[in-house]
Amino acid sequence: MANIPISDSEAQQDTGSEQLEKIALNEARSPSSNVWVFDENDPLVLECGASLAPIKVAYETYGTLNSDKSNAILICHALTGDQYVASENPVTGKPGWWTTMVGSGKPVDTDRFFVICSNVLGGCLGTTGPVSINPETGTAFATSLPVITIRDMVAAQAKLITALGIDKLFSIVGGSMGGMQVLQWAASYPDRVHSVVMIASGARHTSQNIAFHEVGRQAVMADPQWHGGNYLEQNVAPRKGLAVARMAAHITYMSGESLQSKFGRNLQDRDKVTFGFEADFQIESYLRHQGMTFVERFDANSYLYVTRAMDYFDLAEDYNGKLANAFMGTKTRFCLISFTTDWLFPTDESRSIVHALNAARASVSFVEIASDRGHDAFLLEEPDMFATIRGFLKSAERTLVRTDTSK
Amino acid sequence: MSTINNTAIHDQRIDHQAISDLIADNCSVLDVGCGDGGLLDLLEKRTNIHCRGIELSQSGVSQSVSRGLSVIQGDADRDLVYYPDNAFDYVILSQTIQAMNRPREVLQHLLRIGDKIIVSLPNFGHWKVRKHLLLKGQMPVTEHLPYSWYDTPNIHFCTIRDFVNLCDELDAKIEQAIALNASGHRIGFRAPWWFWNVFGEQAIFLLTSR
Repeated sequence: MANIPISDSEAQQDTGSEQLEKIALNEARSPSSNVWVFDENDPLVLECGASLAPIKVAYETYGTLNSDKSNAILICHALTGDQYVASENPVTGKPGWWTTMVGSGKPVDTDRFFVICSNVLGGCLGTTGPVSINPETGTAFATSLPVITIRDMVAAQAKLITALGIDKLFSIVGGSMGGMQVLQWAASYPDRVHSVVMIASGARHTSQNIAFHEVGRQAVMADPQWHGGNYLEQNVAPRKGLAVARMAAHITYMSGESLQSKFGRNLQDRDKVTFGFEADFQIESYLRHQGMTFVERFDANSYLYVTRAMDYFDLAEDYNGKLANAFMGTKTRFCLISFTTDWLFPTDESRSIVHALNAARASVSFVEIASDRGHDAFLLEEPDMFATIRGFLKSAERTLVRTDTSK
Repeated sequence: MSTINNTAIHDQRIDHQAISDLIADNCSVLDVGCGDGGLLDLLEKRTNIHCRGIELSQSGVSQSVSRGLSVIQGDADRDLVYYPDNAFDYVILSQTIQAMNRPREVLQHLLRIGDKIIVSLPNFGHWKVRKHLLLKGQMPVTEHLPYSWYDTPNIHFCTIRDFVNLCDELDAKIEQAIALNASGHRIGFRAPWWFWNVFGEQAIFLLTSR
């Protein structure tokens, strides 16, 4: 009776999962999206001091760039997101991860804006990451890849934007880890961003945030199939560890309220508990499913790298501990959105950024939206969020015109 | 500082135009307790006025941002401390001071943050209010002060004379003062304070630090 968690239905899913994992590995090395390659002569100097070249940046675009190149919006994805913001994910076959926000007639309207979304550095859907082949060894980087930071991710994006011939982005929009990139962009390249939208995010990872990530990483590394990171060579993967990491993380994306109302103490396909360790409760079954499907599309080492990047993020630290210094004299327009039940990036994190922006005399809008859906709210149907972003982008467009005529 | 709608006439508060008249073009403005952004919207349409707002209610902020204004959700009682000195040419507190927990501290911050301060307030010394209290013996509920005592956001009412005294205490200079009667018309500038205090339904002050 005493099943090891996750293993109940693993046997029957194995063939399908492995096939998906193969597709995922293939997409990581030769993605079906656009790829920009920066060669050996164009290295990226990372925050840790190492130099990385060549690098690949995989990206998708939507809509048309206008003649004066003033309508480009960069979307920054979250921890396990990818460049397929509004188009089908080639691994899962599912629609883009933010089709409520990006598309024809949506708040980020692809009829009017040229939308770019790239896979982050350290990711696993085509941009250079631990799955990529290290040209020096001919095998996957695995854990020999230098540690990547949010600033490095943004530096890679900036290279892509330059390569695409765009001097200044009309806007950058991102939630969660995407929001961290948004802030880093505004701090590192103030003259290259007209406006930014940061949703459900913060200027640093808190102790609690780091703690949850560490649990996830330890789960991955404790899996014997991890093999010190060199599992690809052995043709295996630390599936159980990564699934547990995802399960733990998934809890942090939802509010206690929404878990309770969605699952309560409901039992899964049974009338009474089994007095064993099967997934008796719906919430257990749900989390196991989340863990299993995640493993099919995401690389375990990539998960280590990207969570680490978030943990290292503390924007104020780069500016003598004073966040306002990061934005002094900025002309960028900021819009910040938080959600009442988000306990992963609570409103106070946004509010402290707002205070810093006020101190820096920056133009800022901020709203805390009432939602019972926790951190995940930013990916869901939240009409107030959409209305806010529509209004903000509209006014940002007006000021763009104003700046242009004053030249 | 929730969206307080004490004085709506034809969808536009009667104090908005009077406040706008006090503000010169080409300046920066912070509206503390900006509600749905009505006043800021009026100002934004003028020449080169850079507008910002703070509002407590989500609905007010959402409406403001949706109409394209830079407004943050915040609490003046708590958040004004984060603004640098002399950050704005004008700071406006319109129909909001009576809803503050600590109106005196808020006013001090406004004088620090703005070069010029504009405060509009409902006058609790108006004759209708006095009549209500004197004859009925109840907290006044009038057309322009529509809340009952138990659910009102207006927790610190004052009269025009009270406010003038507070300005003295804080060493704020009253550069200009306007009283509006019930129909939104201005009361003669030469009228004495006591007359304003009885017949002014609301008052608008333009202050500077001494």
